[in-house]
Amino acid sequence: MYTEEMLESIKLVEAAREANAAMEPRRMTAEEKEQVLKENHPDYREDQFDVLSIGPNKGEKAPKELVKLLQSDSRLKDHLPDLSCPDYETDVLIIGGGGAGSSAAIEADEAGQKVMMVTKLRIGDANTMMAEGGIQAADKPNDSPAQHFLDAYGGGHFAADKELVYKLVTEAPDCIQWLNKLGVEFDKDKDGNMVTTHGGGTSRKRMHAAKDYSGAEIMRTLRDEVLNRQIPVIDFTSAIELILDDKGHCAGAVLQNMETGEILIAKAKVVVIATGGAGRMHYQGFPTSNHYGATADGLVLAYRVGAPLREQYTLQYHPTGAAFPEQIFGALVTEKVRSLGAKLVNVKGEVFMNPLETRDVTAATVIRECRRGNQVNTPGGQGVWLDTPMIDLKNGEGTIEKRIPAMLRMFGKYGIDIRKQPIIIYPTLHYQNGGVKVGTDSQTCVENLFVAGEAAGGVHGENRLMGNSLLDVIVFGRNAGKYAAAKAKDVVVGKLTLDHVAKFEKELEEAGITPDTVSPMLLPDYTRKVND
Amino acid sequence: MEQMVNVFIMGKQYKVPASLTIMKAFEYAGYKLIRGCGCRNGFCGACATVYRIKGDRELKVCLACSTQVEEGMCLTQLPFYPLIKEVYNIEEVKPTEQVMMQLYPEIYACIGCNSCTNSCTQELNVMQYIAYAQRGEYEKCAEESFDCVMCGCCSSRCPAGISHPQVAMLARRLNGKYIAPACGHLADRVEEIASGKCEEAIRANMALSDADIREMYNNREIEK
Repeated sequence: MYTEEMLESIKLVEAAREANAAMEPRRMTAEEKEQVLKENHPDYREDQFDVLSIGPNKGEKAPKELVKLLQSDSRLKDHLPDLSCPDYETDVLIIGGGGAGSSAAIEADEAGQKVMMVTKLRIGDANTMMAEGGIQAADKPNDSPAQHFLDAYGGGHFAADKELVYKLVTEAPDCIQWLNKLGVEFDKDKDGNMVTTHGGGTSRKRMHAAKDYSGAEIMRTLRDEVLNRQIPVIDFTSAIELILDDKGHCAGAVLQNMETGEILIAKAKVVVIATGGAGRMHYQGFPTSNHYGATADGLVLAYRVGAPLREQYTLQYHPTGAAFPEQIFGALVTEKVRSLGAKLVNVKGEVFMNPLETRDVTAATVIRECRRGNQVNTPGGQGVWLDTPMIDLKNGEGTIEKRIPAMLRMFGKYGIDIRKQPIIIYPTLHYQNGGVKVGTDSQTCVENLFVAGEAAGGVHGENRLMGNSLLDVIVFGRNAGKYAAAKAKDVVVGKLTLDHVAKFEKELEEAGITPDTVSPMLLPDYTRKVND
Repeated sequence: MEQMVNVFIMGKQYKVPASLTIMKAFEYAGYKLIRGCGCRNGFCGACATVYRIKGDRELKVCLACSTQVEEGMCLTQLPFYPLIKEVYNIEEVKPTEQVMMQLYPEIYACIGCNSCTNSCTQELNVMQYIAYAQRGEYEKCAEESFDCVMCGCCSSRCPAGISHPQVAMLARRLNGKYIAPACGHLADRVEEIASGKCEEAIRANMALSDADIREMYNNREIEK
């Protein structure tokens, strides 16, 4: 599979493997980290950002692609639907069928409210399903929520909302237990102790996993539970605009059947947005590890009703996206590969950094190594080696097969045996660090509008740690579900309105913007334009 | 010039670059996918595909997102298959043989044809995990079925009408909840947090000045 040039480089990697595996590369100082980020991280490329001209974050910067999306026309412009006879009425409307949406649905159902989920694909078609490496929780004797707080808050460059981080880490052990009681299988030893590892930027080994199908195991269990509870899931149906009532409170959503185009009205006492991330926006032309529907829909919906975003200027580029072969270009190579001992090695066979720095620092350092001319060339680009055979060398034969079977399979399909040969990686667009601003009750500044999971901001500051996203969707999905259900008990919905759509269009006009696109995007367009 | 191959999408011929995955070949041909496309990386099971190569009688299965096209590939997608998912209360079921008999009795009608195993896109030994489920050996069933993405290809080929992925799902939940050993240190920590024992330390960290918490973070000890 590998080219001649790559095979030549592999010889150098192999020759140095034993020494490389044994060494402990030093950690960077705070100053070194800052410098490598500034010079190499995509978030620092000023020409890739624009300033928002309208809306609650007017005057602030965001990625160009997101600015364009937030300042696009409503899909309902010029043809507002009739709201007088809703097709659906429910207490809690949940938009999104991933980990956060499903957790919210289960908790709101548990609280006795009438719940309905809508999702533009199927329940479980979500980034949660694709999370490989694990979920953090400080549940070992040498660890504590205080230590977890320090890692998460510091790893996020001290920009997160402290109270949200507090909630994240303090409720983590309970969430692991909740999942375990739902039947999620975690990697344990024979006595029931969790088998845990490091992630980038963790100071304790607190990464819990289910092989390298951690997210899939969690997601399929949550989905099964949603179905057991017979919570209605309206699939292949997107939310294209939120509905407010005459008090300005959120009161439902305009839905659209993805296949037939039919417009449907859902009236609700409270709404939870759990639409996930934005990898399919391909910021700065990066490939992505995200699922097909990750198009920032929730940010658009919330922004149009006046809910501000935060840290919308920072994205996570996962250091180890597959750079070769091209069929899996951009696909996630779990951080667990590094947790288990594989190191990053340049074309000359040299280890150039500690592989467990935080993701932003690691991605920036990989980019720098390539800029220094130490890259491995691929037909479509470049990358560096991730020396996977080190794993079995350090931990014994069979470790790869047992602990990262999905990675073994993913590369095996293209004739690369990761037990024997290293793989080529380069950063891939992975996560939206920011999102809609919420309080500790997961509610936005728009009454009765809740946001949870990747669509919400403030939990991770400017950089998320491995294993804190699966944790986020469970902690804050449940949190949103509980608070939304409690709130719904006292809500009396007023007259439904879409006046905010006209107001938004007027704002666009006054700012001199004439969009040539509509949003939310719903799905990316990869179709070859056959008539061009 | 890019090397091209002929593929037959639901019988209709298209010329597509040989390097593409089946999913990207659909898009190259001009289809905008709504069904049959989820994670695009082998985890969600949305893009189950059945195909034959012209001239070869063997019926093959794969995930469209992670399989490269081949010359003469005649394919169709299976974006949905009517699996039976029985509803149960995880708090009330018990990990005994009876639960399978009640919820999925058709597993005992397995005729041992092995079509399920032959049609697994993840190359799992599906018939074996059904055998474990029949015997109430849920731990083994869970392990054997662990990598299942629930695409449904196995069930589409089953003469006994078994919904294999749902049987395995039940077995894994039973194993995770009731059979796998409980985690002592987890229960201890949950209890400590509930009783407020962890509160002081974390609140102290939160109260630090920006300079102090930076100092603490940059000098924290990292477990080897």
